[in-house]
Amino acid sequence: MANGTVTIPRFEHRSIGEYIGIVVVLALVVSSIASTAPQLDALGRGIERLFAPSGLLAQMFPPDISRIDRISLKLLETLQMAVAGAALGLIFAVPFAILATDRLSPHPLVRAAARGVIALFRTIPDLVWAIFFIIMVGLGPAAGVLAIMVDKIGFAGRFFAEAMEEADTGPQDALRAIGASRMGIIFSAVFPACLPSFTATSLFALEKAVRGSAALGLVGAGGIGVDLKVAFDLFNYDEALTIILMLFALVMIVEQGSSWIRSKLI
Amino acid sequence: MNAPLRAAANKTDPALAGSVLSVSQLAKSFDGRIVLNGLDFTVKAGVATALIGANGSGKSTLMKCLIRLIEPSTGRIEMLGQDVLSLSPRGLRAFRAQVGVVWQKHNLVPRLSALSNVVHGVQARMSGPRAWFQSLAPDTVRAEALDCLDRVGLADRALQRVDSLSGGQQQRVAIARMLMQRPRIILADEPDASLDPQSGEEVMRLLSGLARQDGLTLIIISHRMEHTLEFSDHILGLQQGKIVMDRPTPGTDAAQLRRFFEHQE
Ligand SMILES: Nc1ncnc2c1ncn2[C@@H]1O[C@H](COP(=O)(O)OP(=O)(O)OP(=O)(O)O)[C@@H](O)[C@H]1O
Ligand SMILES: [Mg+2]
Repeated sequence: MANGTVTIPRFEHRSIGEYIGIVVVLALVVSSIASTAPQLDALGRGIERLFAPSGLLAQMFPPDISRIDRISLKLLETLQMAVAGAALGLIFAVPFAILATDRLSPHPLVRAAARGVIALFRTIPDLVWAIFFIIMVGLGPAAGVLAIMVDKIGFAGRFFAEAMEEADTGPQDALRAIGASRMGIIFSAVFPACLPSFTATSLFALEKAVRGSAALGLVGAGGIGVDLKVAFDLFNYDEALTIILMLFALVMIVEQGSSWIRSKLI
Repeated sequence: MNAPLRAAANKTDPALAGSVLSVSQLAKSFDGRIVLNGLDFTVKAGVATALIGANGSGKSTLMKCLIRLIEPSTGRIEMLGQDVLSLSPRGLRAFRAQVGVVWQKHNLVPRLSALSNVVHGVQARMSGPRAWFQSLAPDTVRAEALDCLDRVGLADRALQRVDSLSGGQQQRVAIARMLMQRPRIILADEPDASLDPQSGEEVMRLLSGLARQDGLTLIIISHRMEHTLEFSDHILGLQQGKIVMDRPTPGTDAAQLRRFFEHQE
């Protein structure tokens, strides 16, 4: 102090518990990498094979477009699955979200149940739902649509409910004070306030559905994923590339379209 | 402006001549902290009553208790011929429909038009999609809503979004929505508080004028002494959970009000 120097410890003192915590986290990360990540030499050989003269990349080029008409049809089916699943999911997400919202739910037990359903739908991956629905309704796009629907109820239900929780309560209370019904309050005060965020969530749900619907086919739930899997299984890597490129184009178009709509609406 | 409103009162329902509101031994505590401490007062039909008191004296709490947005701890409220505290949920809805409330915050739905917001007032007596948006409302409801907007001087802004209106205009739309309810009594909690002096005065003048035209009872909270004196017939002063001032406005002056506020601790 006398020399104008103030000594402030460079590091805060940590308790023994914090040290143990840090060590445990580090151990977890290192052991996970060691037991699951690829060995460097194996990775190197893999990359070598990928670029070899008769390797995967060489076999993929040029893309085989001989069956482009069938692929296009399946791509359309994929898009339809995504649109149908997302639309159904969004529609059913609304009542679940209302029941899950504090001030709109008729009873705390109902709210807890609705939140539970939404969490369940959201946490189980859509591929697992797809397998479940394939067992229920058989192979094909119907299982895919159901899987997307359930996944989107989980996704949109959560964000719809959050938007409604955050909506200004003043207008709702004012309508309640004049004796308006619950439905009246929801439709005339809550939905108009949440419209921008509902729209954004819906568009994200559609994008997610389009991206996800390709993978659903891999387990047999309809759409172009089925063809992609067959192409790989039969070593038709050039056709696989065509499918991947067209899928890429579809996803890009949907994402561009949806961000354009978002920019118009908000 | 101080003219008593007795003449207007004659227009009200004869059954209501006399008192429209009588409160006895009303008490409210929040977690053991007493806010309303067993207060008594009555309000006569067609009279504009100002409720005054320092910040935190419980004016808003009292007003919310009257329509049970806050449940009083004990006491009795008789309003519009009903025993308010014993109403069933259904009866409470029907009762609230007859009470017009104007808050400090306008509480309009920002993304909707002025007309849609006024149409919402019809939900006091009508439910279903026709009461949700002006575009779905029946002709008669739309016409009445337009008329209410006209009474607050905003008929030309009917289709404008309310979030594009000024604060004073928004408060007037809220008043139009309240009129749409066809209320029998109006409660106003600092409708002038978030407005500039001129807009605040316009809103107070509008409210008291409308109440007078329709012969409605008005209970109004304002922190502006000049508004209290100009727009009320009667003054109730709230202090430490009790009504400690209960006197007609004529014969009351600013000095007396100031003394009332100075005697707080
Ligand atoms: N919901 C509540 N929970 C707990 N305390 C509350 C609640 N509402 C009001 N209070 C308390 O009750 C007292 C009276 O509040 P109230 O809002 O009725 O006062 P007011 O007279 O309207 O004041 P102001 O002039 O500032 O509007 C305050 O001390 C406040 O903190
Ligand atoms: Mg207040």
